[in-house]
Amino acid sequence: MAIEIIGDVTGRALPLPGDNIDTDRIIPARFLKSVSFEGLERHLFEDDRAQVAAQGGTPHPFSDPRYAEATILVVNANFGCGSSREHAPQAIRRRGIRAVVGESFSEIFFGNSVALGLPCVTAAPEAVDTLIQMVARDPALVVTVDLAALQVSAGTHRFAITMPAAARDGFLDGSWDATGLLLDRYEEVEAVAARLPYVGR
Amino acid sequence: MTLLEKVWNAHTVRKLPNGQTQLFVGLHLVHEVTSPQAFDMLRARGWKVRFPGRTIATVDHIVPTRDQRRPFLDVMAEDMLAALERNCRAAGVPLLDLQSGSQGIVHVIGPELGLTQPGMTIACGDSHTSTHGAFGAVAFGIGTSQVRDVLASQCLALDPLKVRRIEVSGTLGSGVYAKDIILEIIRRLGVNGGAGYAYEYAGDTIERLTMDERMTICNMSIEGGARVGYVNPDQTTFDYLRGRRFAPEGDAFDAAVTWWRSMASDADARYDDTVRIDARGIRPTVTWGINPGQSVYVDERLPRPSDMEPATRASLAEALEFMGFQGGDPIKGTRIDVAFVGSCTNARLSDLREAARVVRGHHVAAHVKALVVPGSQGVRAAAEREGLDRVFTDAGFDWRNAGCSMCLAMNQDRLEGREVCASSSNRNFKGRQGSPIGRTLLMSPAMVAAAAIAGEVVDVREMTGGN
Repeated sequence: MAIEIIGDVTGRALPLPGDNIDTDRIIPARFLKSVSFEGLERHLFEDDRAQVAAQGGTPHPFSDPRYAEATILVVNANFGCGSSREHAPQAIRRRGIRAVVGESFSEIFFGNSVALGLPCVTAAPEAVDTLIQMVARDPALVVTVDLAALQVSAGTHRFAITMPAAARDGFLDGSWDATGLLLDRYEEVEAVAARLPYVGR
Repeated sequence: MTLLEKVWNAHTVRKLPNGQTQLFVGLHLVHEVTSPQAFDMLRARGWKVRFPGRTIATVDHIVPTRDQRRPFLDVMAEDMLAALERNCRAAGVPLLDLQSGSQGIVHVIGPELGLTQPGMTIACGDSHTSTHGAFGAVAFGIGTSQVRDVLASQCLALDPLKVRRIEVSGTLGSGVYAKDIILEIIRRLGVNGGAGYAYEYAGDTIERLTMDERMTICNMSIEGGARVGYVNPDQTTFDYLRGRRFAPEGDAFDAAVTWWRSMASDADARYDDTVRIDARGIRPTVTWGINPGQSVYVDERLPRPSDMEPATRASLAEALEFMGFQGGDPIKGTRIDVAFVGSCTNARLSDLREAARVVRGHHVAAHVKALVVPGSQGVRAAAEREGLDRVFTDAGFDWRNAGCSMCLAMNQDRLEGREVCASSSNRNFKGRQGSPIGRTLLMSPAMVAAAAIAGEVVDVREMTGGN
């Protein structure tokens, strides 16, 4: 695997307010009926988008042409809860999103995103809400998520972000794809297996 | 030390340069939805399955529960099973398929076959893998890239977890089940209260629960944000495992029990947090909203946004609007269209028995579609030996083949339009049961059975005089 360092992401943002947005909403289960991840982005938030469209008025952010070029997704708390389906971050990444800024993420969603090279960074609720409001007012606003400085900047609005050290280091040194690491020094794995009473049985 | 620490230590390969722990996975359970891409990635990188003997597969999410003839009528479902068959054959991974007599929901068959054992680390590409913690295993739900990692290396790279001990004590009231305990825990601690934690369920109430009941509780740990939940292994655990197909036999069983016992949390173990819950206060619980924390006791009324903290008002209003309910409405009397007894949460034999006990001698309300989907072929056969299938079919329920069915509707079983479903499953998310605007009320299997008969949400305690 080629090493890809992910130090910062700069681009327009897409605000998606609301707590506890689960992976069934991100990608409804019926679209998991495939042996590949290809084309998943077409069904990203499909049911939510349809419901918002049926109500008229402002379209769902993922249907809104003002956010078509966005590469940074901004969310509130417990984003990606529920099912472990990697299809959720796959669909988001395939839609062109390269970083997610939020109040908090479900653990499994966060880990799945790391494995895809999609950093999810956490910030204080007020900072996130301010960013959501700023982007809603000005969809062309350029936002930078800086993993090295642990900071998001958007115009004059700057705020601190956090990310678990292992994930951050992985993005910064390009080692976020962990499989190679797990295959290193494999004799140590075999030694642990041999020591476990239930494995030899 | 806690069980989590002991199991973690026993399976640690090394501390990785990034600070994570490389953990050996003792049992990898595989199913058709989250594995095909993982096998593809493995092939693309030229890797092999390292421990095919510690890997076992079944098919559950996409199987039709009515007509299971191959090829399936649903071409995409057929493709997924065919891919699983090819991948398992090529890698030498055993597949418990529809002909095996052992097929079923992955979290039902692991325990049922004795694959799931105390002290193990278990991984599966499904968030309800926490179920296996009922045996004192440490079981992780993982995504597809991690399925690839486990296939290739039999390992996971993980951040450490804190442990929250949840002590439940006191006798459960009549008509109150394990499902009500876990819904209570989620309601109190929140749907993300468990982030960063493993939940250790303990206390005299938990100790008195059967393995089936402990599985129901551990299953929904993830709905409370805890990726891992477990119960310390005890005599109930060992008695359950003795004689099961993949459990050790004879002297090996006794030796295993000694090790299993040694892995339980020590009396002086230190916890990052402890929560105490009085089981005597828990009543039959029903969710009214769009996440499993949004629940009330069956004799309560729905919360009003104006009564809530400002921070939760918006999500409450969103949930009420989606469900078409008003704050202050009673949940009792809510008309239902569909009744579903099934899922990895509540489709084991004891769940079917409890539902059948409510159903016997009654008939499903005329406007209700009702179905019972056993969690495995083994559960189905055992239920039929007891005549439970007849109890259900006589009452107007459909009696189906094993699978995930309407829990997530990756098959023909799904809600239509705005239907309201009384469901023994685990998630009431928007669209979860297959209709984008369908509505799910989570409750115990006995409460589902009672709702099926009444045609609306009722208090099962008033139908049976309690358990």
